[in-house]
Amino acid sequence: MKKTRVGFGHGLVEAGKKHDNLVVLVGDLRDSTNVSFFAEKFPDRFIEVGIAEQNMANLASGLSLVGKIPFFTTYGAFATCRCMDMLRVTICYSNLNVKIGGAHGGISVGPDGATHQALEEISMLRSLPNMQIIVPCDYYETKKAVMAATEIQGPVYIRFGRESVPVVSDEARPFEFGKADIYREGSDVAILACGVMVHEALVAADELAKVGIEARVVNIHTIKPLDEKVIIDSARKCGAIVTAEEHQVYGGFGSAVAELVVRNHPVPMQFVGIFDSFGCSGQPEELMREYNLKASDIISSTNKILKHKA
Amino acid sequence: MNPFDYDNEKLNEKALDIRRDIITLLIESQTGHTGGPLSCADLACALYFNILNHNPRNPDDPRRDLNFYSIGHVSPLIYAVLAEAGYFPLSDLLSFRKFGSHLEGHPKSGPTPGIEVSSGSLGQGLSIACGSAYGIRMDNSNRRVYSIMGDGEQQEGSIWEAVMFAGHYKLDNLCAVIDYNHRQIDGKVEDVLNIAPLAEKYWSFGWNVYEIDGHNMEEILGAYRAASEFRGKPSVIIGQTVMGKGVSFIEDLSEWHGKPPTPEEGEKALAELDTSYSEWSERLRNG
Repeated sequence: MKKTRVGFGHGLVEAGKKHDNLVVLVGDLRDSTNVSFFAEKFPDRFIEVGIAEQNMANLASGLSLVGKIPFFTTYGAFATCRCMDMLRVTICYSNLNVKIGGAHGGISVGPDGATHQALEEISMLRSLPNMQIIVPCDYYETKKAVMAATEIQGPVYIRFGRESVPVVSDEARPFEFGKADIYREGSDVAILACGVMVHEALVAADELAKVGIEARVVNIHTIKPLDEKVIIDSARKCGAIVTAEEHQVYGGFGSAVAELVVRNHPVPMQFVGIFDSFGCSGQPEELMREYNLKASDIISSTNKILKHKA
Repeated sequence: MNPFDYDNEKLNEKALDIRRDIITLLIESQTGHTGGPLSCADLACALYFNILNHNPRNPDDPRRDLNFYSIGHVSPLIYAVLAEAGYFPLSDLLSFRKFGSHLEGHPKSGPTPGIEVSSGSLGQGLSIACGSAYGIRMDNSNRRVYSIMGDGEQQEGSIWEAVMFAGHYKLDNLCAVIDYNHRQIDGKVEDVLNIAPLAEKYWSFGWNVYEIDGHNMEEILGAYRAASEFRGKPSVIIGQTVMGKGVSFIEDLSEWHGKPPTPEEGEKALAELDTSYSEWSERLRNG
C-alpha cells in the first residue's frame, strides 16, 4: 500500500532534477498535494498562489509562454470545475504546455464529502480538444506519469488520490504515455480499468478464474488519447467488455471506451463507476462499497455481461 | 528596442491609419466590434510603435516583450495594429471573420503571427501576464510584459486574483493597461456594475498607478516610460478614453459595442477620418 499523491510529489522532484525549467504552482495545499517535496528541494521554482485557482491556471499558461514547464496543483475538483474556462480558452485553445496535478481524485478521498471528491473531471476534460489525460493506478505509475507528462507537449491532466492504495505495478514496469498496459491475458471478458480500479479488476479476475472465467485485465492509464489498438483488440478477442473507474460513468472512461468500441467492433459492455450521483462523507472503504466500486461489483457486471455475450 | 520608435506626431498618424483600417475591415466583414477597437487604438498604437521591444519579422523572438490582449473582442484593433506593424499583409485584414481566414472573430494563437495567446473570454489576460512576468523574473531577463484590458472586464473576479498576485509578488516587469471607456454592452459601466474607484483599488493591492488621458500620445508615452522605470511594484495605466473615439456618431454609445457600421455608416465614418472606402480598401488590398 502506498499513496499515489506521494508518487506525484516524488515524480515532481525527479522531473525537476531533469528539467530545470519545471515550475510547480499550488493553491494553498502544499502538504496535502505533496508538492512540498518539490518546494523543499527547489524553492526557487515553486510558487504559492493562494486560494485562487483560476489565476493559478493562467499563471501556468503565462509561465509556459516563456519556456517553463508548469505544473499547477490543487484538488482535482477545483483544478478543473473551477477553472474550466481557463482550461478551455487559454490552455487548450492555445494548446499550451501546461500540466495539471489533480489531487484527491475519486470518491475515496472520504470524509471531506462530495465537494472535495473529483468525480466529474475526466468527462469535462475529455471534451476539451488538445487535452491529454492520465489516471495512474498506483504510487509508481503516478511517479512515472509525472515524468512522462514533462516529456510530451501540450496540456496534460494527471489524476491521483489521497489514500494509500495497493501497489499493482512496480518500479521497473515500463510506462508509456498513450499505451495501455495488459496485466493479465484471458479471452472470456475484457476488464478495462483505470486508477485504483486496476487493483479491483485484478482481484475480480482472480476470483473469476476460480470459477473458470478467464478475464483479460488491461490498465488504461492514459484516458486521452486512448490506446485504440489494445481496446479494439480486447473487444475482438473477448467479445465483452467491463470498464471500471472511480468516476461518473456518464462521459467518463467507460464512455470513452464505449464510443471507440461501437465505432469499430461493437460488443456488449458493462460499466462499473458512479451512476449520476454525488458522493458523501465516509471512510474510503465504506464509500467504495456504497457506490459499488469493489471487485465484487466487477464480478457481478461480468456475470451479467456473459449472459449477453454472443 | 522598439523597431519603429515613432514620435508623437507619427504615432497620431499611425493611430489614424489604424482607425481607418478598423472601419474598413468592419465594412468588409459586416460583423464584429466597433466601439472598443476605436477607444483603445491610441493606447495600443503607442505600445507597438514606440514602447514594445518586439520583432514583427520574427514574432517568436525569445528576447521580445509580451503583450496579452485580455479583451479579444477588440480583434479589429489587434489585427490592424499587427498588420500595420508588419506581422502579416494588410490585405489579410479584408478577410476578417470570414471562413478560411486566420483572422478569427476573436484571436487565436498559432495561425496569426503576433497573437501570443487565444482570447475572447474576459478576465484572463492579466493572470497570463503575471505568469510570464514571474517566469521572466526567474530567468533574470529584462523582458517586460503588458496586458491590455477593458474596463467592463474589471468586473471579472479572476482579474482581482491576478491583481492580488502581482501586488504580493511585486512584479515590476508587468504593466497593465486599462481602456477605461465607461461603456459595456448593457450600458454605462457605472450603471451595470460600477468598478470605481479603480485607481484606489489597484493602489490598495500594491500597484503603481498612472491615470491618464488615453487619447493623448504625450501622456500615454510618458506613462509607459515611467512604468518601465518604476521598481518594486507592478504598474497599471488607466487610460480614460471615449468609446468609438474618432467617429462622432459612434462615440460614447453602448449600442456600438458589438456591431459593425453598415456600408453607408462606414463611408460616413471614413469621411470623418479623412478617407473613403474605395481609397482605404484599395490601400489594404495592395498592402
